[in-house]
Amino acid sequence: MNAAQDPEHAHTGRRGYRIGTLLAIVLTILPFWLVMDGVLDRTTTVVLIFAMALVQIVVHVVCFLHLDTRAEGGWSLLAFLFTAVIAVLTIGGSIWIMYHLNTNMMPMGG
Amino acid sequence: MSGATSDETPIVWHVSEDEDHGAGHSGPTALGFWIYLMSDALIFASLFAMYGVVSTSYAGGPVPSEIFDLKLVAINTALLLASSITFGEAMPHMEAGRVGPMRAWLVATGLLGAAFLGVELYEFHHLINEGAGPQRSAFLSAFFALVGTHGAHVFFGLIWMVVLLVQTMQHGLIEPMKRRVMCLSMFWHFLDIIWIGVFTFVYLLGVLR
Repeated sequence: MNAAQDPEHAHTGRRGYRIGTLLAIVLTILPFWLVMDGVLDRTTTVVLIFAMALVQIVVHVVCFLHLDTRAEGGWSLLAFLFTAVIAVLTIGGSIWIMYHLNTNMMPMGG
Repeated sequence: MSGATSDETPIVWHVSEDEDHGAGHSGPTALGFWIYLMSDALIFASLFAMYGVVSTSYAGGPVPSEIFDLKLVAINTALLLASSITFGEAMPHMEAGRVGPMRAWLVATGLLGAAFLGVELYEFHHLINEGAGPQRSAFLSAFFALVGTHGAHVFFGLIWMVVLLVQTMQHGLIEPMKRRVMCLSMFWHFLDIIWIGVFTFVYLLGVLR
């Protein structure tokens, strides 16, 4: 364990890292198991794997990239939240709009 | 605070009342590199958006459940997650200045990353041989663009890792080396985060369709 530069930060950082590692492994195995063994119906599985992916992304960002409200005086968090909003708008908006364009305007079924 | 950034010019990129945040890995480089990672995340966001829009445009070609081998993807996911964990193991050694153990963990990370890339290239080769190359349908074009961009990031991360292994051998763990290793660790964890989106949105959802 590193205690040379900042004992308190290093200590909580390592503990968070261990917890993050365990959570990441569980949150990776579970969705693969759900899909490969097909234990639940399709809709439930889709909702669950997306929920677990979102949780795992947060776990990785907090435990591995050490993002918190204090990092860089909050600017890291601000940049992350801004990026998350843009990503949700880009991905969600594109799929939403193009889905409706497809269903409303392309009767040839391509 | 910790003196970790004493070789830097005293530019302050954060609001002044928070000056005492000085944890080991801060300084202007950390924030600057973080902003870069966020802009890279936006590149991937647009690739994910493109994939999402055309993910069912098969053009009469193969559908995901026919061509995706989830066992292979599970192996690849395990390799990349393991490499993220081994990089995390290198960090306390880096912060304490123990160059030997840090380089050993970096080598482990690099080997796992190279194995990931090898499996991915095998998968791409297999798909193209099966007639499921990027020119077959919009779905496959978007698939190769998204997964290929991630793979290219892993490839350049590996080059970066080799460079750092050589540089730490030549110079030891001097302050600029610590900063570079810190940036690469952020980059590597970031790539694993993108992969969470890839295996969920592309592979698992594709097989469920």
